[in-house]
Amino acid sequence: MKLRIIKLHAAAAGHEILRGIDLAIDAGEVHALMGPNGSGKSTLARVLAGHPEYQVTAGEVLWDGANLLAMDPESRARAGVFMAFQYPVEIPGVSNAYFLKAALNAVRASRGQEELDAIEFMTTVRNRMAELGVDEALLNRPVNEGFSGGEKKRNEIFQMAVLEPRLAILDETDSGLDIDALKIVAHGVNAMRQADRAFLLVTHYQRLLNYVVPDVVHVLSEGKIVRSGGKELALELEEKGYGWLEAPAAAGASTGG
Amino acid sequence: MSTSTQTIEQLATREYKYGFVTDVEQDSAPRGLDEHIIHLISEKKHEPAWLLEWRLKAFRVWQTMKEPTWGNVKYGPIDYQDIIYYSAPKKRPSLQSLDDVDPEIRRTFEKLGIPLEEQKLLTGVAVDAVFDSVSVATTFKEKLADLGIIFCSFSDAVQEHPDLVQKYLGTVVPYSDNFFATLNSAVFSDGSFAFIPKGVRCPMELSTYFRINARDTGQFERTLIVAEEGSSVSYLEGCTAPMRDQNQLHAAVVELVALDNATIKYSTVQNWYPGDSEGRGGIYNFVTKRGKCLGVNSKITWTQVETGSAITWKYPGCILMGDNSVGEFYSVATTNNWQQADTGTKMIHLGKNTRSTIVSKGISAGHGQNTYRGLVRIAKGARGARNYSQCDSLLIGDKCGAHTFPYLEINNSTARVEHEASTSKIGEDQIFYCRQRGLTTEDAINMIVSGFCKEVFRQLPMEFAVEARKLLGVSLEGSVG
Repeated sequence: MKLRIIKLHAAAAGHEILRGIDLAIDAGEVHALMGPNGSGKSTLARVLAGHPEYQVTAGEVLWDGANLLAMDPESRARAGVFMAFQYPVEIPGVSNAYFLKAALNAVRASRGQEELDAIEFMTTVRNRMAELGVDEALLNRPVNEGFSGGEKKRNEIFQMAVLEPRLAILDETDSGLDIDALKIVAHGVNAMRQADRAFLLVTHYQRLLNYVVPDVVHVLSEGKIVRSGGKELALELEEKGYGWLEAPAAAGASTGG
Repeated sequence: MSTSTQTIEQLATREYKYGFVTDVEQDSAPRGLDEHIIHLISEKKHEPAWLLEWRLKAFRVWQTMKEPTWGNVKYGPIDYQDIIYYSAPKKRPSLQSLDDVDPEIRRTFEKLGIPLEEQKLLTGVAVDAVFDSVSVATTFKEKLADLGIIFCSFSDAVQEHPDLVQKYLGTVVPYSDNFFATLNSAVFSDGSFAFIPKGVRCPMELSTYFRINARDTGQFERTLIVAEEGSSVSYLEGCTAPMRDQNQLHAAVVELVALDNATIKYSTVQNWYPGDSEGRGGIYNFVTKRGKCLGVNSKITWTQVETGSAITWKYPGCILMGDNSVGEFYSVATTNNWQQADTGTKMIHLGKNTRSTIVSKGISAGHGQNTYRGLVRIAKGARGARNYSQCDSLLIGDKCGAHTFPYLEINNSTARVEHEASTSKIGEDQIFYCRQRGLTTEDAINMIVSGFCKEVFRQLPMEFAVEARKLLGVSLEGSVG
């Protein structure tokens, strides 16, 4: 099981954002994708999930050898690709339990597994909640409605735990979290690390990587991966900021950190 | 978002699965309307003289009335002389046995999922099946009769319980009420009658299923439900019609009377043919429904799920006369393609401490136009009256419309009236979120819409809530590409 991104270009509303991404993630690996604001980190995450706002203009993405870009978003989800949203969406009037059961059964059906009935579903979900320390009251609340920022992100991790994806993309799940919430999210990810599951952690800060130690760190700048390295690359970035990485062509650009 | 219109614009043709025609011999009146036709209808039904007189009075008033134009709906002129006002299957079943129902008609109802054999019915639901102008079968009559409950076609009620009919007919919706109700009073053909005696809780859901079959006919049914002191009943109606290019008129009247401490729950799942994706054909659903909470502590609840019809024009209301009486209105109205709905309620508070609740959910897709129009009137003497209204609109796509016209007339300073309104759009981001979790776009829309309508669905009896949810799915099919 492998994700292969080859010379990927993507645009939104006519503006090119990704300018030739090459990336390979193997099963069991945790990759962190870092970079300054506007570098294209979240765009890459959303393109992989099939967000309709983005158009792929060149390149390809292979998932288990299959053309991921030819699949609609739900087929990608059913093929094991999960994205934790940067801004989880509210669905008023639909309980978390109902939503998650429908999602889980859609994913299971596509894998040829039987649908879970209400009791089996609740058993599965209770186990996951216990592991993640998520309050059961969450199940009866409408999806993300009235949730605090931290609750929304925890709900994403909880959904991930229930859906058991093979590729989990976390789109700035750590942003806006206090340290306790961050630890809970990190714990969720660590608990789910296993040989047949890969992670792509999109993050602006090194902070999350104190708790989830990545195998590889990539730095994105202006739509291209400009550096890749081990976990120490994240620390280097923390120290020096993003400015020193920018391509010479972009001289004079901001030196955000 | 740049692609939201692109995704949402593609309107697929919606399938209306009830659009078939049944081939039965019809006994129809000639086209057009004059006093002869009214005599003919009354004669066909062997009606007593007082009822013919009542019809004629209505007809004379109707001739002086003008079709209302204040509704937020657009349609071409209706030629009232080009409509057939009475049509009935030729073979009339004997009233004693369901076995005598014409097999073709029986098959029609089976196709619609309304089996007329009692043993096949869901226990707990008695059905009166109305085919074009007449009732063809009523189930569980005897079982209900043991409790003193009368549930039969309106025509049978006129024959068998004329005193009750005469006592209550027109007491809630007078024959001169409005253009369409007055027309109905003149030409109504059949409908259901239910009477729940003192202290009896009706043990099963009463249900009428209306089916328009014949071409160019209007359907003018009339339903009357009376709940005596301390009784309660839950009543459901469902409706379908064949697909035809021409518009067909449906102008029904429903009257409910609740005496002291009585409760009536009236639920409608309306799925008349809505017309095709170009806006051709479909039913004009111009209906007057009103309940009178005559007694103290009485309660009337209207729940409606309106997914069909080319045009819907209806305002099920409550006249809260008895002190402490309660009126409720829960509505989901969807308009897709070129459908138009102007619907809402009237809550008229007359008694002290009367309370009303209005929850209206309008869903517009395609080129659909959805209007909520509601009146809350607190009379001078209605001390301590309270109303809560909530009107929410959901838009799917960018060519549809939602409109809200709340009217408040408050003549008592102790009244408390609250009104909340919201309009939202199903966002591309909501759909994408659901799809990212493995759900299809259709499933996502259904889920979002169900969530939006939850407060109303909660009011429906269990099986019907499931039906309504499915129906809503079908009705919005193809609204998002």
